[in-house]
Amino acid sequence: MKVLIAEDSDSDRLILATLVRRLGHQVVEVSDGIEAVARFSEFQPDIVLLDALMPRMDGMEAARQIKALAGERLVPLIFLTSLSDAGELARCLEAGGDDFLVKPYNRVILEAKINAFNRMRSMHHALSEQRDQIRRQNEQLLSEQKVARRVFDNVAHTGCLDAPNIRYHASPLSVFNGDVLFAAQRPGGGIVIFLGDFTGHGLPAAIGAMPVAEVFYGMAEKGFGAADILREINRKLCRILPTGMFCCGVMVEADGKQNALRAWNGGLPDGWLVRKNGERVAIPSRHLPLGVLAPDRFTASMDVLDALPGDRLVVMTDGFPESCDDQGRCFGEEGVRRVLAGLKAEEHPFDALTMHLRQFTGRPEPADDLTLCSLEVIAGSVQAESFEKSPESSLSGPGEWHCVYEIRERTLADFNPLPLLLHICMEVPGLRRRSGEIYTLLSELYNNALEHGVLELSSEWKSSAKGFSLYYQERKRRLTEIDGHYIRFSLSHESRPGAGRLRIRCEDSGRGFDIDVQGARSPAKTGPGNGYAGRGLEILKRMTKELTVHGPGNCVEIVYDWTFPDNALGAHDGSDSKREDK
Amino acid sequence: MNDKPHLDEEALAELQDVMEDEFDVLIQTYLEDSRTRIQSLRDALADADSDQFSKAAHSFKGSCVNIGAPRLGELCFDAEKLGKNDQLDQAPGVMTRIEKEFEDVAWRLQHFNQ
Repeated sequence: MKVLIAEDSDSDRLILATLVRRLGHQVVEVSDGIEAVARFSEFQPDIVLLDALMPRMDGMEAARQIKALAGERLVPLIFLTSLSDAGELARCLEAGGDDFLVKPYNRVILEAKINAFNRMRSMHHALSEQRDQIRRQNEQLLSEQKVARRVFDNVAHTGCLDAPNIRYHASPLSVFNGDVLFAAQRPGGGIVIFLGDFTGHGLPAAIGAMPVAEVFYGMAEKGFGAADILREINRKLCRILPTGMFCCGVMVEADGKQNALRAWNGGLPDGWLVRKNGERVAIPSRHLPLGVLAPDRFTASMDVLDALPGDRLVVMTDGFPESCDDQGRCFGEEGVRRVLAGLKAEEHPFDALTMHLRQFTGRPEPADDLTLCSLEVIAGSVQAESFEKSPESSLSGPGEWHCVYEIRERTLADFNPLPLLLHICMEVPGLRRRSGEIYTLLSELYNNALEHGVLELSSEWKSSAKGFSLYYQERKRRLTEIDGHYIRFSLSHESRPGAGRLRIRCEDSGRGFDIDVQGARSPAKTGPGNGYAGRGLEILKRMTKELTVHGPGNCVEIVYDWTFPDNALGAHDGSDSKREDK
Repeated sequence: MNDKPHLDEEALAELQDVMEDEFDVLIQTYLEDSRTRIQSLRDALADADSDQFSKAAHSFKGSCVNIGAPRLGELCFDAEKLGKNDQLDQAPGVMTRIEKEFEDVAWRLQHFNQ
């Protein structure tokens, strides 16, 4: 150990220095306070033995300065004194002294004191090291979380969370609390939202969230429905998450055309549909969380709710009802129900919920671990397709092709062929930028063929709330009796430089229908929610060059022409202009 | 007067044991140091500076008890108290006794163990 001795009496200093050296320590001797302070910085002693009375600067002042220089380092300071007055001794300790050694020096006591202070010093040192290590690790953890967050954002992006009909609250680092919120526009219009809450916190939750984001955005973009996305997320999480870790979630799909919302809740608090007329419908959890059930036992059956423009849906993670006031009482799902029941006309449930929570907790900002999201149903949410997609890097792709894809019998009930058909069309570079239109064409043709052609459902039913549920019940029932039925898609594509033509022929095994009656409906006579099939044909007519109905109305053929926008060809030479086709 | 011994032989023996070859150096150092201290006491007295007188006496006391000269240490303590109480009028007597006792101690130390 290094010991600094400051003592003005030469003989006393000689005795003390000899005693301390005898104990095996390294000694530096000085004879006044100024020297003591000066040598302290340079010698970095482990213990300082300091005479109280010294010329130039006395021990008290030197003690103060030395303690200040030592900062966080614990350097025991022992006063050397022959003071006999208790008040004087107390002043030594007040000046920062840790102990005193009374003259005449006793080597046994000196040794015991040095050893005792050395133990204290080592302990202090060890604690400081550990504290610094914890601090460094925490700083590292936070910076790693920030990096991880950036990676996560690149995978998950914000999708269409900034759409005008979506509002949400999520903490910036919410993924480390296990909360995820994704929203995507489906190719043919409509929105899919997923709100998830992983068990656990921190990195494991964030890592689990990553593939969910990929599956969600990847599949939504390809036109898969919410149920397919749920099945895939569940399958993936089952495979990758350790036992005991899973993801509670709500999936909501709004297609905007059929005036319906589909919702699936596995383990999150009740979601709510607040209708424009004030009526409230709960969306309770009917399923186990994602990542619990093996794929063959998992059900992705979604609740179908009729919803009109202006209706609003709110979903939340359990951090919302679990928010507490300063007495530790929870807001509770009952609190959510009360707020929604007390909504004033035109009051947005999102505003009401955040305001009441703020009042309840007494904090201006909601806690970090809650996510709240609302979606407003908007009319004909077939939104103009964003042409902000990355420009085509290549114009090469199949130009001349023909394929026939037919699905039969039970497969009609359990398989959605649209993503596959869309995928085939998307191989053509010129069509890639029109995925929304192509998806709409395919889905209108398919839904017409299935629901009206094969299942012979009447779109009239969907005009009333009662008929609406009857429609879906019937649809479900009739899907069990489809022996011998089929839907056949024939797709052909031919291309010219910078342009191309896609023909889609969709034929079903149904008896057909009186196309004159259905097709003749003009949009003016068709109020919202009426004549789905008629409206479907209207959409097809508007979007295509030609529409032909063959036979008894069970075979519809469309011709869709496309041309490459000039600037997209320009993208070939590195320009990143993204202007829309004029 | 006090009845402490001129020299604490036991303490000195221990010092001798600790200091080994440097014991003589220690004795010479102490004696020189003490002469300086006595001079500072005289100066303080001449200046009638009771604070300085008390401090010098206090420091001198410390080195006396450390070296094993308790009687001289006690006389220094008397001087320290006079200084503290601002009673320098009584100090010349103590001063004389300190000087006399120091001569005694110096002689004894120089002949210690010889």
